[in-house]
Amino acid sequence: MTEHKNIFDRMMSLDRRWIFLFLIVVCVATYTADFTIPINTEAEVESIFNFLDSLPEGDIVLVAIDYDPNNLAELHPMTYAVVEHLWRKKVKIIFTSLSQLGPAMADQAIRDISDSLKVDKTYNYNGVEHNFKGREIVNGVDYTFLGFKPYYALIILGMGQDFRLNFPSDYYGTPLDDLPMMQGVINYDQVACVVDLSGGNITDAWISYGQGRFNFPLMLGLTGVMVSQYYPFLGSGQVSGIMGGLLGAAQYEELADNPGRAKDGMRVQLFAHYVIILFIVLGNIGFFMSRRKRMEGGN
Amino acid sequence: MKRQLPFLLVFIFGAFMTIQYYVPHESSEFVYTFLLDWTMIIGIFALALGIWSLYHVSVDKIQHKKENWIYSYVTLFGLFIMVVFGFSYKVGDSWGMYPLFVIALMALLYCLIHASISRSKGFWLGLSGAALAVSFGVAFFDDSWKLAFMTSEGLKNTMFTNFADFVLTPILATMFALLAFFIASAAYRAFRARNVLASLLLIAAIIVMLRFNPYMPFGLPELVAETSSWLMNVPNLAAQRAIVIGIGLGIVATSLKVILGIERGYMGKG
Amino acid sequence: MKVKMLLAVFLLLAICSNSYAQDTTAEGDTTAISVDSLRLPAPPGNLSGRDKPNDHGHAIILDWELSPDDGGGSNSVLRYDIYKWVPQLMLDINLVRDSIIIIQKIIRKTTDGIEEGSQADSMLKVFSKFSKDELFDIRNRLTDHIKAENEGLAEASKSYPENGAWLFIDKKPSGTKTFDHIGSKEFKSKGFVPDYADLYYRVDAVTITGAKASSEIFGPIQSSGQWYNTYRTPVVFSVFLFTILTVFYVMRAKQGADLYVRPLGGIEAVDDAIGRATEMGRPILYVLGLGSAADIATIASFTILGRVAKKVAEYQTELLVPTYDPIVMTVAQEVVKSAYLDAGRPDAYKEDTVHFVTQSQFAYVAAVNGIMLRELPATNVYMGKFFAESLILAETGALAGSIQISGTDEIAQIPFFIVACDYTLIGEELYAASAYLGKDPVLLGSLKAQDYAKAAIIILAVIGVIVAQFDFGHYYVDLFEVVN
Repeated sequence: MTEHKNIFDRMMSLDRRWIFLFLIVVCVATYTADFTIPINTEAEVESIFNFLDSLPEGDIVLVAIDYDPNNLAELHPMTYAVVEHLWRKKVKIIFTSLSQLGPAMADQAIRDISDSLKVDKTYNYNGVEHNFKGREIVNGVDYTFLGFKPYYALIILGMGQDFRLNFPSDYYGTPLDDLPMMQGVINYDQVACVVDLSGGNITDAWISYGQGRFNFPLMLGLTGVMVSQYYPFLGSGQVSGIMGGLLGAAQYEELADNPGRAKDGMRVQLFAHYVIILFIVLGNIGFFMSRRKRMEGGN
Repeated sequence: MKRQLPFLLVFIFGAFMTIQYYVPHESSEFVYTFLLDWTMIIGIFALALGIWSLYHVSVDKIQHKKENWIYSYVTLFGLFIMVVFGFSYKVGDSWGMYPLFVIALMALLYCLIHASISRSKGFWLGLSGAALAVSFGVAFFDDSWKLAFMTSEGLKNTMFTNFADFVLTPILATMFALLAFFIASAAYRAFRARNVLASLLLIAAIIVMLRFNPYMPFGLPELVAETSSWLMNVPNLAAQRAIVIGIGLGIVATSLKVILGIERGYMGKG
Repeated sequence: MKVKMLLAVFLLLAICSNSYAQDTTAEGDTTAISVDSLRLPAPPGNLSGRDKPNDHGHAIILDWELSPDDGGGSNSVLRYDIYKWVPQLMLDINLVRDSIIIIQKIIRKTTDGIEEGSQADSMLKVFSKFSKDELFDIRNRLTDHIKAENEGLAEASKSYPENGAWLFIDKKPSGTKTFDHIGSKEFKSKGFVPDYADLYYRVDAVTITGAKASSEIFGPIQSSGQWYNTYRTPVVFSVFLFTILTVFYVMRAKQGADLYVRPLGGIEAVDDAIGRATEMGRPILYVLGLGSAADIATIASFTILGRVAKKVAEYQTELLVPTYDPIVMTVAQEVVKSAYLDAGRPDAYKEDTVHFVTQSQFAYVAAVNGIMLRELPATNVYMGKFFAESLILAETGALAGSIQISGTDEIAQIPFFIVACDYTLIGEELYAASAYLGKDPVLLGSLKAQDYAKAAIIILAVIGVIVAQFDFGHYYVDLFEVVN
């Protein structure tokens, strides 16, 4: 004899495949629809933007692309937003990639952003209009890409002594001493800050072995699920700013007045959250009503 | 002695690494980097063991025709074909006999697999020899491509980059995307207002999820954003710090036990 | 060939010394012109320096007083240029370093962009005549040459101010009063600063027109490395106290004191779960996470694996341990093998029980999920370090209807495990599991020490909260400060 399930019982124990189906329909629908949602910025992203924006032309920032294709959806937009902002301001970048499949990510980002920088563009942020002339991004002048080496903790420690220790030559095989930008650049001391974009435990190594030992300003770009874990480091001052997930990337795009894939993706994320909240509410209604029924039945 | 020596080594290196943290001098740094280099070298040898283990498991599946055994071929061919691509690159305008070289190597792999599981070992080994001879011959006489073991030329091989960009990348991104669905179903099951604490958790979760929702009336977005910021920075931070301190002490205590040889579970001695 | 090579080296050194002499005079000349034609700013005052404390050497900290024209007076100071005096030997060495770079460029065929008639060009002409093998040989000889010559730097520095030149190091914007000259310790690097050699510094105030005024010269000063980092004293102190506490409780436990440990649901469930697997005739899946063998979470997980493997061997159930890291795989194989041996069933041990899958995070997840759905294990145990994959694993396990026990010290993943698993060990509970499983008094003693350390931290934090309300609170906070 099968037990008869009323509507509230069903609401409480929906088959997860219904949730999956509903979610994908909403995601596809919102992705194809064309509208933008306003973004509110938060202090932890503003601090990254303000620091990078205050850097003078010619300064060097180390951008660590420590993520694999699986984190691409959340972290690639951050790379695009930050790197484009820095290059527009003629700040030089040293890229590293301590995650196995990271070099492909960095390579792709460098190519794409170099292309988008070829055109003139006007941005309007901090209440001021910024006109940037399009220019060619040159390897060795605007950026150096060190590439991948295994055992990230050791590499982070090694770079604190000399970049050449672990990377005698860059990703493309040119010795570092041959790159104009790397003349006189020995270790983290010549770098204004480190921006680590990561979807895994490499961030911990940047905090303890990098910032901990060499004391440079460290900014993080993390996947949404990781963010809450790194708030304590923000409070202790070990980390100067955090961008969390697509929302963090969208905030950076908003601050730099450079809407891109993150702001696009926020539509999907917002409505996906609505779906989750809707199901949580349904589940709770079902839970309360069934409990009431049970209690009434018991009485 | 066989058991004692590893513990002695753990004690010596553990104690050295602990003291090294407080000694900034160049000599201590030298020994430190020397030891770290050794870690890398050991790691690379261990990787060879790992690949051997993967090969062994896959071949075992093929031999016993376990469920979905056919995919073990995909695993092995995928593994070795990428290694071949990563070590070869085009010199001229065309690839020349390169496809034949790759096919010969894959045939070699197939023959070797069967040589290790089949009864007619001699037959398969003979075929392996033939496949090896073909691949050597092609590599020797064909000048349109080259093998590069010491440089990174192979990473620019279009076959290598295409497989990485158009096969590996989408598959990995898909795996990560599954998280969205699993989070939805897990949240649906977990967030039930069963009691006061669970209700608080539920409310906090909804506030944090709504923190960037611009479609709310009467200045609610600001209020929700502020509350969510407070939730993240105060109660969340406080709880996490407590866990972090506990973990920190646990790490020191466990390290101490490992260095002093009290904790021996990692050597198979509980 | 040897004669040819030595000739090249001498020729090179000859070119080098000449061109450097030109370089330094040229710089002196520019300063002279600006002195005559432009109004000079007031120089920076009281230049002083000291060896950078608590480091590996090769670094000096400089301090000076701002020029009166920096932010005041004629307010014309734009920046400060920092110079270091180096002996001629250092300049020669630098040129040999340059020549090594040129040799490398020739070897790698990346000589494009070298200016015609430049110093690099003359080096290029000298070295282009050699074959690749000869160039490798010359490069190695030159490297040895630098290494040997570096030994003489300390002696050569004593000739100050004769036989040397001022070398520009760095520039700092107006308003800066201090500069850390952190040199490289690598003798092959151009930024190399020798330890125990006399160093002399000067700081120039520079106006927008390029007029410069030099401070008084500071020196001699020597850099050196230290044998103890005083900044880390609070850490030494805490570790020392904690070690004493641990040893004390371990001794007490050995003497037979009764130490109570609260029960851990997750660990108690392990035995039941193995029993369940045996009854159902299905395997047990043990996942060690993505950590390396050096992670404490993985080390703790090995202990639990040992226990699980022993039970599995006793009950004759199947165990599956797919691994992510090859070193972890090797250790885990040893652990499982020993457990089977302890259980008296070494014959039941199969080499493939613990196997390697891949070092790609999500490819590993795909493989483990595949195992879950194909083999339908009765129990999944996740112990160790987990990242974004935790929920994907645990939800798939729930879908497959397995009992799930998890434990991790990755805070962000704990909620996911709590939601999707039946039992979860939170943070340090994972490390405590080994002590709990063995019921070994020695291991329990260390748990007690942890508890007391936690109590001490709570008390110190509460005192900190109270003291921070007063002006003198920072003295208390400074006690715990660890500078890196």
